[in-house]
Amino acid sequence: MREKEAQAVPRRSDETVTTLLSELVAHLRETRTVLRQEWAQRITTARLLTAMTEEELFSEATAVYDQYVEALETGTFEALQAYARNLSERIIPRGVETDEVVGIVLLLRDVLARSLFAKYQTDFAKLNRILDAYEPAANRIANTVAVGFVQERERIIREQQEAIRELSTPVLQVRERLLILPIIGVIDPQRARQLTEQLLHGIRATRGKVVVIDLTGVAAMDSSIANHLVQTVEASRLLGATVIVTGLSPAIAQTLVNIGVDLGKMNTVGDLQGGIEEAERLLGYRVAQIAALEEAESRAAG
Amino acid sequence: MIVPILKQGEYLIASIQSALTDADLVALRDALVAKVGAMRIRGVIVDVTSLDVLDSFASRTLRDLANMIGLRGARTVIVGIQPEVAFAMVQLGLTLEDIPTALDLEEGLLFLASRR
Repeated sequence: MREKEAQAVPRRSDETVTTLLSELVAHLRETRTVLRQEWAQRITTARLLTAMTEEELFSEATAVYDQYVEALETGTFEALQAYARNLSERIIPRGVETDEVVGIVLLLRDVLARSLFAKYQTDFAKLNRILDAYEPAANRIANTVAVGFVQERERIIREQQEAIRELSTPVLQVRERLLILPIIGVIDPQRARQLTEQLLHGIRATRGKVVVIDLTGVAAMDSSIANHLVQTVEASRLLGATVIVTGLSPAIAQTLVNIGVDLGKMNTVGDLQGGIEEAERLLGYRVAQIAALEEAESRAAG
Repeated sequence: MIVPILKQGEYLIASIQSALTDADLVALRDALVAKVGAMRIRGVIVDVTSLDVLDSFASRTLRDLANMIGLRGARTVIVGIQPEVAFAMVQLGLTLEDIPTALDLEEGLLFLASRR
């Protein structure tokens, strides 16, 4: 009885998770070529990562396989995480979806698990212990890769949103002291705030005297945004600039009338061309065709 | 804090250098209105560039100042309102109606010169 226990205890401690994992890793290294091949084939059959060529797929598969085995061996995920980020950075622009990435990692997990079944099919108890060691690690790996991919995607989306926001409200100088602010698309409260901020600072920075806000590309706006627009016009006046609003759609005109805007304060012109002409008049410019000028001069001389 | 009032030809320039109390503002208003008559002034520039807040009392005092000066035969222009101050004022409904404004001192002088 005592002997049995004494025998059982060292046996169990021999087979700690670490040793089981290192046995597992040795097995995976040994069968690397076959398993990698099988995995790549199953990815193709499942029609995952169709954006990549077969060669690319194979080289990525090799790298992922080695990183995977290494993560199993060392129990640290930093290298794998970094690789997942790097991989995501490369494949996201090519239109690879989240489900494809999760799909291939789960496939690898299955391929490896199957090879374990095949190897230990004669020793069921051992198979169980091996799987006990393998499964948590494999799940963590799958988790790490998927989270890495999603994080990378979110980072890209955030960056793009930032870029779009900045590009969405350009303040352009067309002549000395004449600014135009073309607005295209829907104005949400955040964009409206940014628009005001950029316009007022633009007026200060370029010493703008007349501003043309062109709303041709805006189909409609709700009353709070319309109010904001009116406030922007008034704030610009406080800075000493005159605002001309052009291209008001019928829907926006109705909104402005509904909120009871003081039309004496709003300087509006039908289209952008008219607005720029009015602005030039206010600034004392006169724009004429050279031929017409010459003709007038010669007539005056003759 | 007393606001210095500089005379430049036919114009008076009051450049506010720091935050003013309500009493300081009223004193500025009275001093300007008095000097407009005494010095045969045609235009007054109030420079608020260094103010980072303009509350309702300040706005009302500036408006009163401009209207009183107008009644005494001179024009007033407020210059140098900061972008953030401008938008905050508008949101509070303080739009200084009918009072001319300009970007800075230079613009203010140009404005007054153009209205002679």
